[in-house]
Amino acid sequence: MAPQRSLHPQVAHGSVVIEVEGLSKIYRVADKQPGLSGTLKHFMRRRHRDVHAVSDISFSIVPGEMVGFLGANGAGKTTTLKMLCGLIHPSAGQVVVAGHQPQKRHPDFLRRITLVMGQKQQLLWDLPPMDSLRVNAAVYGISDRDAKRRISELSDLLELGEELTRPVRKLSLGQRMKAELLAALLHQPDVLFLDEPTLGLDVNAQARVRQFLADYNQRTGATMLLTSHYMADITALCPRVLLIHQGHLFHDGPLDRLASRLAPERHVRLELDAPVGAEAFAGLGRLDSCCDCEVNLRVQPDELTAVVAQLLERFEVRDLEVNDPPIDQLIGDLFRQGKV
Amino acid sequence: MRVFGLNRKIIRVLLGTEYAHMLEYRAEIALWALSGVLPFIMLSLWNGSDARDALGMDGVGLDRYFLSAFLVRQFSVVWMIYAFEEDALTGRLSPYLLQPLHPLWRYVASHLGEQLTRLPFAAVITAIFFLIQPKAFWVPSLGHFVLAWLATWMAFSIAFLLQSLIASLCFWSEKASALERLLFIPFLFLSGLLAPITAFPPFVRTFAQWTPFPYLIDFPARVLAEQPVDLLAGFAIQLAWIVLLLPLVLLLWRAGVRRYSAMGA
Repeated sequence: MAPQRSLHPQVAHGSVVIEVEGLSKIYRVADKQPGLSGTLKHFMRRRHRDVHAVSDISFSIVPGEMVGFLGANGAGKTTTLKMLCGLIHPSAGQVVVAGHQPQKRHPDFLRRITLVMGQKQQLLWDLPPMDSLRVNAAVYGISDRDAKRRISELSDLLELGEELTRPVRKLSLGQRMKAELLAALLHQPDVLFLDEPTLGLDVNAQARVRQFLADYNQRTGATMLLTSHYMADITALCPRVLLIHQGHLFHDGPLDRLASRLAPERHVRLELDAPVGAEAFAGLGRLDSCCDCEVNLRVQPDELTAVVAQLLERFEVRDLEVNDPPIDQLIGDLFRQGKV
Repeated sequence: MRVFGLNRKIIRVLLGTEYAHMLEYRAEIALWALSGVLPFIMLSLWNGSDARDALGMDGVGLDRYFLSAFLVRQFSVVWMIYAFEEDALTGRLSPYLLQPLHPLWRYVASHLGEQLTRLPFAAVITAIFFLIQPKAFWVPSLGHFVLAWLATWMAFSIAFLLQSLIASLCFWSEKASALERLLFIPFLFLSGLLAPITAFPPFVRTFAQWTPFPYLIDFPARVLAEQPVDLLAGFAIQLAWIVLLLPLVLLLWRAGVRRYSAMGA
């Protein structure tokens, strides 16, 4: 299915901070069958196959945008992020980030970006975060005064205090993640690549990290491309989402448009005064369930007004709700069913 | 201003931090220092052997040579491959690659921090050696000490570059440490850890001198022990190995980074 492009008006004016055109990444991996015979065959004649981790994706991101990157495990999200920040070289296609080709890793480029990986850390494990922050300040050429001011500002925002002088190994996962964010943002990057920044955090810590990212975007106008398995991260932070599946870009646009694309029907939940048989709902949309007094229907958006009017007219309705299905459920269903 | 990506502040902060980091492993480093007593074992073997005369050194000379070999080894030991391999395989290398500082400098700083942590342990072992062998006690002249320090530092540089060259193969093979084990055998025999190079037959000596190994232990140890050695030739060959290896490391690194798949990250 062709990706649905939704170019921001600024793209046309050239003020694009991330431009990706026909980007692909192919990994060559060893292909070994299980068991002794597979091992012997593999030893005698090694076979490889190409894995298309990312296939011909294109999109643009303008300065200050917060874009969510969705996809199941192995969909190609992290590979794309790695190519955008210059960690790995693309097999094909063009990438320009902040006016640079990321794979060249020019020092000016590296000063403008950061990559935060929820499951990996850059802080020295046995030392307090402050030691790693001092190293980062020196490496990025930040003066002692500026470094002190920035650490103070960011630690206030992140609600970090004495944790900065405690060994990293003694910090909780949430505290560690916040310290990682501080280390990654000390040089005030324009472009943030965030790979599962709330992974493993409890609900409160997730909310604090989300709030921090939103504040940071407001204060600095930084551009963010964020992957997360927590839909709450995406819905709270990202007006626009990219959905990638098996290396292909499936959707590029607002989250609600993705929802309507994935599930064009609306959910109608009825609570009736008295039980009614399922046959009574014939011609009133698709019946999901009819149990005692509770009825769930799916209705096409253009028929919704008429169907609701008929329901109210025909039945004694105690309560009626019209909802969109939860986006995470839709995406989960989509990946499970392999509909993409 | 930065030279090779470094300035005074980066050097100061990086070394200070890595020293603090290594101090956290002081017990482990003390054990590493103790595990480097191979030269003393060899000394006792040679002292009890009739073949000692073939080494061309008297008893005190041999004591000083092996003590110097121990000290040179303590301050030129390199474990780059193992650290790099782990970082490359677990993805810890990734954040280093995204900072405007060549990642190799971090490994250099780690080694220097570790050497500084070793210093007191090496000093204690040296003191114990002199208590056992008081006749071997000597204090090198300032000139010899400075030259020995320089030779040891250059030996460290050669060893570091050699291991970096092999470590860069991690970008291709993922298990480059196996190759290091191949290097260890010639290093053991030809570096002077088991016996001074002069003890070997002429054709082995000639062969050894075409390799970097004698310049990793034998040459700096002789300088420290104030034994006869061609200083100019020794330093020139050390420098030549550095000049040869450095561009190779940088080229292989650049090619390898293109293949980096940021595994585990």
